Amino acid sequence: MSTQTGTATPRTTTWVVTGAVVLVVALVAGTVVGPAGPTWWRVPLALLDRLPFATIDAGITERQWSIVWQIRAPRVVLAALVGAMLSMAGASYQGVFRNPLVDPYLLGVAAGAGLGATVVFVANPAVLANLPIDPVPLAAFIGGTVAVLLTYLVGTAFGSQRSATTLVLAGVAVTALATAVQTFVLQRNTDVVRQVYSWILGRLSSATWADVRLIVPYVIVSMVVLIAYRRVLDVMRVGDEEATALGTNVKRTRLIIVLAATLGTSAAVSVSGLIGFVGIIVPHAIRLLAGSTYRRVLPLSMLLGAAFLIAADIPGRVLTDPAETPIGVVTAFFGAPFFLALLRTREVPR
Amino acid sequence: MRITFRSVRVTYEGCPAVVGFDESASSGEWLCVIGPNGAGKSSLLKSIVGIVPHEGSVDVDGRVLGEMGARERARCVAYVPQSPVLPDDMTVTDYVLLGRNPYVSTFGRETGHDHEIVAETLADLDLSVFARRRLSTLSGGERQRLVIARALAQQAPVLLLDEPTSALDIGHQQQALELVDRLRRERGLVVVSAMHDLTLAGVYAHRLVLMHQGVVVSSGTAREVLRSETLAEFYGVSVHVQHHDDGTVVVVPRRTAQ
Repeated sequence: MSTQTGTATPRTTTWVVTGAVVLVVALVAGTVVGPAGPTWWRVPLALLDRLPFATIDAGITERQWSIVWQIRAPRVVLAALVGAMLSMAGASYQGVFRNPLVDPYLLGVAAGAGLGATVVFVANPAVLANLPIDPVPLAAFIGGTVAVLLTYLVGTAFGSQRSATTLVLAGVAVTALATAVQTFVLQRNTDVVRQVYSWILGRLSSATWADVRLIVPYVIVSMVVLIAYRRVLDVMRVGDEEATALGTNVKRTRLIIVLAATLGTSAAVSVSGLIGFVGIIVPHAIRLLAGSTYRRVLPLSMLLGAAFLIAADIPGRVLTDPAETPIGVVTAFFGAPFFLALLRTREVPR
Repeated sequence: MRITFRSVRVTYEGCPAVVGFDESASSGEWLCVIGPNGAGKSSLLKSIVGIVPHEGSVDVDGRVLGEMGARERARCVAYVPQSPVLPDDMTVTDYVLLGRNPYVSTFGRETGHDHEIVAETLADLDLSVFARRRLSTLSGGERQRLVIARALAQQAPVLLLDEPTSALDIGHQQQALELVDRLRRERGLVVVSAMHDLTLAGVYAHRLVLMHQGVVVSSGTAREVLRSETLAEFYGVSVHVQHHDDGTVVVVPRRTAQ
């Protein structure tokens, strides 16, 4: 008998190593490909050159390097953080609500963030100009977090017994409310419809290192908590009642996981907009390929979610150059057929 | 080891499901709660393991379950639900390992000791050959044994079973109950079960408690509780009750329209 984790341990390790390799390949591909900048094969050399104790003549000018380091690199890193975060949050939500159709936007993060961003877009530019930081991510973050807190307060206040279901329904109500307010505000300010719409579709094109620094603390805290709860999420797979009988404080566990997932998701969407589909498709593809134990689903969601969003961002910047295809369109366009193919060939675990 | 129930009450949104349950049972004893659907049997069992709240108190050797945290309580009482959730692609070993949850801290991992207990439990219940199989490949009888295995891995002195045989054929019913009976004897477990089959309940339990609308209306040995007038009154059923020489009480339904 193995002395390590529950599931056949060697297979989990193999999967995690494979996921890490895929992520590294995606990171390199994401930094190498782009309309402007140096010849593709010089980029890895230049990256190696920047490592300590390594001196390689990559034959790259300072201007070309700044394209790689100031434009592509932050974009790739941001895509990785957002993709990993949305996938892990989706997987965790599906776990605590035992519902495969749930996505990270379930409890109102998306609608709240959308409302927050819309309010900033319609606000008086003169007021915003004096703020020390970009108000859009801040407003989106606050909007998303407040929406989920509202959902939690309403959902747990009214549903003492069946708290998971009432919580989801409260999320539906809060989402509807926030969307209604947002639509009303937009109707009265049609000049910003285009800006808001492009924010909603998600974008990584304007990513900077400042964006990365802004969300890293939240995303890391969220990821650490979710990864730490992977064993408990496996216990939750037998349902609230049995998990309780097995010694799990179900309400507290759900609260902690939802808060952690929400914190990370709010941070991610605040800089990237509402990139859809990732939080559902990546965890499910992983379940179909590697099995449903959260000891595999969570680490792999982090690695492959990151790789998926980096990869999805590449066609967006080269296909319709110089215009950008919104990344939300790309994730759905390539993700949906892949997912359907998986569904056809694999048996869906319950 | 002794479990004591003192005026246990369970209420759902103002409607009482269990009203004042007072009983006790010691190591090696089997207490069986019987009664028609909706009598409060399941509610009582669920309230013991903390799935629904209760008033009054349930204690195991003086330690009150209601005052314990979830993990500590799960080390005192193990629960086999009526319709357990069995995730299709979970393996048998991983499923039984869930029973070690009360011994692993939230952020901890199962130790070699936990794996040893799982392996021993699987061996004891003749499940070792299935160790790496997925739950979706098991038959009804194997599943029932598996859920009992998970409860045993909790190493709790009290074992609660909610309708442990309702989904099984007569052969597997006997197998499952014989298994519980053996574990009760060998490990000195207190068994508290809710059952529908009155004959089987009488065969295995030391003491029967008949509940009706949340109230205990009769308790004692099978001979004392399983009487045709009592059953007619509370189940609304017409039965023959036969007493065999070996002490077995057999409840046979009677056809009313002849």
